[in-house]
Amino acid sequence: MADVYLSGKYIGTTDSPSEFISRVREERRKGIIPDNVNINHNHESNEVFIEAARGRLRRPLIVVKDGKPTLTDQHIKQLEKKEARWSDLVKQGIIEYLDASEEDNTLIAFFESELTPKHTHLEITPLAIFGLVTALVPYANFNSAQKVNTGSKNQKQALGFYASNYHIRMDMDVNVLHYPQKPVVKSVMHDISEYDQHPSGQNVVVAVMSYKGYNMEDAIIINKASIERGLGRGTYFRPMVAEELRYSGGLVDEISIPDKDVKGYKSEKDYRYLEEDGIIYPEAKVKEGDVVIGKTSPPRFLSGMDQYRLASDTRRESSLIMKHGEEGIVDLILITENGEGNKLVQVKIRDERIPEIGDKLTSRHGQKGVIGLIVPHTDMPFTISGIVPDLLFSPHGIPSRMTMAHLIELLAGKTGGLSGRYINGTIFDSEPEEALRKELLGLGFRDNGLETMYNGETGEKFTVRIFVGNMYYLRLKHMVANKIHSRARGPIQLLTRQPTEGRAKEGGLRLGEMEKDTFVAHGASLLLKERFDSDRTVVPLCENCGIIAIHDEFKKKNYCPICGESVEISFIEISYAFKLMLDEFKSMGIYPKMQLKSKY
Amino acid sequence: MEDLLKKYEEKLPSAIIDEIRENMPKKISEAKAREILERIESEYENMKAEPGESVGIVSAESIGEPGTQMTLNTFHFAGVAEMNITTGLPRIIEILDGRKQITTPMMEIYLKKPYSQGKDIKKIAMYIKETKLSDIASEITLNIAESRIEVSINEEKAKELGITEAKLIQALKISNKTLSVDIKKGTYIFKAKSKDENANQIYKSKDKIKESYIRGIRGIKQILPVKKEGEFMIITAGSNLKKILSLPFVDETRTTTNDIFEIEDALGIEASRQALINEVYKVIDTQGLNVDIRHLMLVADTMCFNGKLKGITRYGVVKEKASVLARASFETPIKHLISASITGELDPLNSVVENVMLNQPVPVGTGLPKLVTVKDAGKK
Repeated sequence: MADVYLSGKYIGTTDSPSEFISRVREERRKGIIPDNVNINHNHESNEVFIEAARGRLRRPLIVVKDGKPTLTDQHIKQLEKKEARWSDLVKQGIIEYLDASEEDNTLIAFFESELTPKHTHLEITPLAIFGLVTALVPYANFNSAQKVNTGSKNQKQALGFYASNYHIRMDMDVNVLHYPQKPVVKSVMHDISEYDQHPSGQNVVVAVMSYKGYNMEDAIIINKASIERGLGRGTYFRPMVAEELRYSGGLVDEISIPDKDVKGYKSEKDYRYLEEDGIIYPEAKVKEGDVVIGKTSPPRFLSGMDQYRLASDTRRESSLIMKHGEEGIVDLILITENGEGNKLVQVKIRDERIPEIGDKLTSRHGQKGVIGLIVPHTDMPFTISGIVPDLLFSPHGIPSRMTMAHLIELLAGKTGGLSGRYINGTIFDSEPEEALRKELLGLGFRDNGLETMYNGETGEKFTVRIFVGNMYYLRLKHMVANKIHSRARGPIQLLTRQPTEGRAKEGGLRLGEMEKDTFVAHGASLLLKERFDSDRTVVPLCENCGIIAIHDEFKKKNYCPICGESVEISFIEISYAFKLMLDEFKSMGIYPKMQLKSKY
Repeated sequence: MEDLLKKYEEKLPSAIIDEIRENMPKKISEAKAREILERIESEYENMKAEPGESVGIVSAESIGEPGTQMTLNTFHFAGVAEMNITTGLPRIIEILDGRKQITTPMMEIYLKKPYSQGKDIKKIAMYIKETKLSDIASEITLNIAESRIEVSINEEKAKELGITEAKLIQALKISNKTLSVDIKKGTYIFKAKSKDENANQIYKSKDKIKESYIRGIRGIKQILPVKKEGEFMIITAGSNLKKILSLPFVDETRTTTNDIFEIEDALGIEASRQALINEVYKVIDTQGLNVDIRHLMLVADTMCFNGKLKGITRYGVVKEKASVLARASFETPIKHLISASITGELDPLNSVVENVMLNQPVPVGTGLPKLVTVKDAGKK
């Protein structure tokens, strides 16, 4: 007697669980029971679990009967002729999807040759243990597991040709690579996913060597001529969206060139690109501070005293302005309505991004690095056959990370490039390294990929031969242009008078608690004071009651709100944050009395 | 030579003088000896912390930085089941927080002469180990019908430990005062002394009976006699320094525990200060890190100078800070501010944190010395 549960709920018992289960499975394969039902027999507790809930991770397997796969050559021929489809195989019960619980009751063979009568299923391909993107890593079975993972993560951040209608799409924050190429070393997953239709990298010539120390700590060195020929060149698209919002009382935003009497009016120069409708014209070159969409909003508060005020009807400026450090060319303008029928204006700004020092590139093996130096073509080292590499990769990145596939891809890319064919680098099913070496030897190169190279500056021959090859490099979306940040003076917060935080607000760089400690440890007391001077204020203090007094600039008078004018008032220098804290103490009913004494 | 050394007695500590006396070559000219002493003196002056040096923060950084590299590992004793010791960062945190209940109390018991050579080592070990009823009982059953608990003893184990029937009865009577104990055919029967106790209460006392103390030293849970550098000693899990030191065969000069509070209790604050330094240093040393012992001495001093061991927590050392603002900036600010406002506390602003808050120069390093000019200097 075994209890039976359906999606976790008890529904009954069965006297012969194994018979019951095999019947369910058979009927599922026949199509009587839906194919997304899974059944599991827990032998320890003698319970049967039928799972039909959503959200289970399931994977397809070939059904095996009596030690023979039910998938025959005939089926494969049908598939090749496109007479049958995958879904037909599922319907026929040749391929079935199992979830984690049903997998417990199965014996799955990796290869057909391993099949015994005990086996219940056969793996479709060993590649199935990887996901789509991970299967795009060539020769990944030669990599350490962690680097296969990072390699697949990096591919998701690569610039590419993400959609062929990108120029009429209003995507947020996207990049397009100008000259994407198909990879020379590819896997079957590239074919299955039609990677050729949306590639995201370029084949480059890589030499594994150091160069003047500018490629230490994972940096890479790039040939300036390669960049000028379009290596890694891309465009960054940034949309700006403005909406005519409706407020209570029938007030609306207005997209137009703001009048000069509007509250917060910028200078006339800032509005110079706007056309009559208040929107910028296409192909305008905009820089930081320029208005892209002119907009005004109704005054913020309309209640209470405002109605007696003269200026109550002035509107507020709320235009869309290019932020600090942003620039570009207006690409596409879209004027439409949103769901509520309000006017909606979207402006797409494009910015060409040529690779520069600090931009991030990676191979498909998690060997990421930033550009450390851009070297003129004439100064780059060159091989004996006159090949100048596009990219110099530091050999120190290899031993600790154990990315052997990085080196194999280099070799495979070289062979493929020279012989003019694509190399199959499918995981577990790739062209063997030895065959590649043999072919390379036949093409007139050393089979180990080494080449004699010459110093580009002096023309001297390097005493060591350099490993040169061809591989697929990706440019990642992390670009310095979006991240560079510095501040000398800048905006402060209203409440604390301390610098704002973050790049978007042109904020300061925080000198934190532990950084403060280092100043104290050095005894650099006065330097520490200077660092924390950002919110320094001078306030009058009543020496009688010890509370901050009032300085009247018009009457040139100081007086204490409690003790009046006939007390001594001194000026002290404190941080504004402390003054704020004293005010908060007072609001809590704590009397913070300050006693002054001579410093000396 | 001795005259020369005498001159330096005020300038150098006696430990250094002794060391010089020992290591100075016998045949040395006076000029050379003088030069050596001068060099030693200048070196000694160099090593001193200068006035205004922020030794506290330097110590904190010097211990804190290697602390980030420490791994959370426990040290295992081969051969003994479940005898592992917390080391690494958790142990350091435990010590510096001044926790009363440490996770793995442990003792190293050294023995006096004939015993340290291996005489009766097993007997001693057995004697020290705390034996509970559950250690020698083979079965403990609850008889609800007659509302009593029956315990049968594993004779072999009892014999091995040298526990006789009479001894056992006596021990059980002492540790279970509310129950009566009898023997019938080798089983020990526990019954309630007062008649109105019901079965439920008997059931509740079952666990208490299991834990009945029979023999040995309370708190010593496990023992491991080992031979170290040619002599026998005993390592224990669990600690009870006061009791162990009172045993006649224990070498009380070297026997120690890793429970600092027990040391404070048995030997006083000076000993616990040294134990604190030793324990922290041991952890740092076994991790292969290098921290100057003087940093640990400073930490130990701040934890002990009050005469009672205090952890570096808001209840311990931080509570003792003079400044309200400094205390409030650590943890639970509102509590400190309210109590300060009730008592009308005065903050003299003579430490680091307060002055950072006010944006004043902190009174360390360059902020400490002040230039004083006489206002009317020219008049005289």
